[in-house]
Amino acid sequence: MSDIQLNRRAFGRLLAAGAGAAALSACGSRGTPGPDTPLRISAINHVWSQAVRQRLPEFEETIGRRVSMQLLTADQLASSYNVKLNASATDIDVMMVRALQEQLLFARNGWLADLTGLVEGDAAFDWADFQEAPRDRSITRGKVLSVPVVTERPALYYRKDLVSSPPATLDALREEAFRLTSRDLFGYVGRGQRSGAVTQWSSFLYSFGGDFTTADGGSGIGSPEAVAAYRFYGELLDRAGPPGATNMSLEQAMPIFAQGKAAFYIDADAIYSNFLDPTISTVREQVGFAPFPAGPAGSKPHNIPSWSVGINAFSLLRDDAWRFIQWISGPRMVTELQAAGIPGARASAWADPATLAAFPAELAESMRINAANGIGHDRPEVIQVGRARDIVGRPLVAGIIGQDVAPVAAEAHAEFADFLVRDNRQQEF
Amino acid sequence: MSGFDRSHRRLRWLMLAPALGFVGLMIIFPLLFTLHLSFTDAFGAVNAGKGYDGGQNYLDALGDGRRFWPAVWRTVYFTVGAVVIETILGLAIAMLLRKPFRGMRVVRSVLMVPLLATPVAIGILWLLILDPTNGIANHLLGALGVPPQEFLGSVSQSLPVLMLIDVWQWTPMMALLLLAGLSTLPEEPEEAARVDGATSWQRFRHVILPGLWTTLMTALVLRAVDALKTFDILYATKGPGGGSDFEVETLNVYAYGLTFDYQEYGLAAAVLVLFTLFIVGVVVLLRRRSREASA
Repeated sequence: MSDIQLNRRAFGRLLAAGAGAAALSACGSRGTPGPDTPLRISAINHVWSQAVRQRLPEFEETIGRRVSMQLLTADQLASSYNVKLNASATDIDVMMVRALQEQLLFARNGWLADLTGLVEGDAAFDWADFQEAPRDRSITRGKVLSVPVVTERPALYYRKDLVSSPPATLDALREEAFRLTSRDLFGYVGRGQRSGAVTQWSSFLYSFGGDFTTADGGSGIGSPEAVAAYRFYGELLDRAGPPGATNMSLEQAMPIFAQGKAAFYIDADAIYSNFLDPTISTVREQVGFAPFPAGPAGSKPHNIPSWSVGINAFSLLRDDAWRFIQWISGPRMVTELQAAGIPGARASAWADPATLAAFPAELAESMRINAANGIGHDRPEVIQVGRARDIVGRPLVAGIIGQDVAPVAAEAHAEFADFLVRDNRQQEF
Repeated sequence: MSGFDRSHRRLRWLMLAPALGFVGLMIIFPLLFTLHLSFTDAFGAVNAGKGYDGGQNYLDALGDGRRFWPAVWRTVYFTVGAVVIETILGLAIAMLLRKPFRGMRVVRSVLMVPLLATPVAIGILWLLILDPTNGIANHLLGALGVPPQEFLGSVSQSLPVLMLIDVWQWTPMMALLLLAGLSTLPEEPEEAARVDGATSWQRFRHVILPGLWTTLMTALVLRAVDALKTFDILYATKGPGGGSDFEVETLNVYAYGLTFDYQEYGLAAAVLVLFTLFIVGVVVLLRRRSREASA
């Protein structure tokens, strides 16, 4: 030990060298990316992402760069953005985002690159070809921040062996569901989780003539129409639904219908293939597809861009990220993917009957009708969507567990009104 | 101080530097940053706070009777309920396994199984078993003539069911810790009590338990702190917010929701600071109790 002598100067040099090395290594991650740096895509584990992954070699050849695609669940993806982008991470280039859930918040945080000049400056990309509702949701404060790639509407899944024709109205749906409910069969199954059910309930809300907010931006969930929609949905699941419905999201509700234990099920049209897959479904011969039934205000389902792609504002490969978006959401690829059963957002693809050939005929017709009647949002359009959904979903839960909806809705209405005032303040950016 | 001593002291600091750097970077910095964040109005992004809010986050949290205080109560209820049952069962199992018997190794290995699985896997496993419609639990109950239960689908049953799952997973750990404590106890006092005519209960109450007290309190502190922090199994089975009526939302789940679902980083940090103080308080209380009992 005594052989190792360390004077003050040497000690200082060592410390300085250590600090310098640490600083250099920190700066290194912000340097210019080399040709071996992959283009990194963060995406949801979805049929769209799987179809894209299969086609990646074609794109890699075009740009001469490797592409790395990370697939996560929706919750994991949101948490990953929260953690990484709070640290201004550069290891995400292309981000799959839910325009209605995250875009406003990400825009406020400055996490999404402005694509306005890119989408409008490329005639071949044909930005005007995107359906109006999804296109509008891609624009925040006049800037295009994402490009829609997957659209979604609700579909009524029903058992053709139990009813001669699908119910055309919500009243008929309720009547049939109650009639068919027995010890061995649930008349209806659907999402019942406080937050998870809000998006599917939105179509009921619109069809009863309500909306989450009023024209002047106040709370709409205390209106008579909204209370009627809460009461209807709660009663449907309470009287005709499975036990434990308040713990049910897509993952719990879908298998119940697929296993032949429910007569009706309303959920996203994108999940139809689960009922045709013999490894999951026992009802592939009996399942029927129908448009969203009409309520007192008509049939008003949502028609939303469920998933979009944007570019991380901290990305060092923005040019290649844009080339990816050009490639994957261009007219040719959207047509190709829609023909493979993944509904996109381009009007030209929807106008081409060949792109709907992959869907069962009844479903294709239902999607076309729902898209024509569709409303462009399925949740409150606010910054803090998570808290808004928790507030809006509370009366739903009350209805499902058999409580009187009106007082809970009145309480939620007051809470939502306060929330909207606070959220509006946060929108000043 | 001679030149050698100074050089020696610097070398000592240099050798300690990596460990100190690690502690500073990975423990002290996050703690201080959380404390700093708890006094800001950071919303949306951690660096989006406009300045110090004068402790408003703490006032908001402590004045929140809808989410914060119910979460505190559930944290206490879950921890006390689960740990008390685990301790009693663990002690009973340890007493049963204390004397050698045929197949002892197999029994001890089987006891380890719940400990080896990850909480998320356990959560999903129990979610499938207890599914009200397709789960095997209701099929078995049906065969016994018991009406189907909602289990984790029920607002009122969820927390007790999750406590029982925690008991299922962590009782073996308590048993193993207490078994290790029992194996260190001398046999003579118990033999002497037996010769003097003490009953089994008297030997347990007056001879074994006092000897085991230190091990018991250590196991209790370890398990209590762990139970207070339970998150994964609650989140895996009930999702964000601890269920549709926040029925299993403990402080940990609440803080997670504030961070990742609501992006209210300032308030989330304040809740975490309060939660940390709460845990430290519980540990100090249990250790003081243990010292008093030993003295």
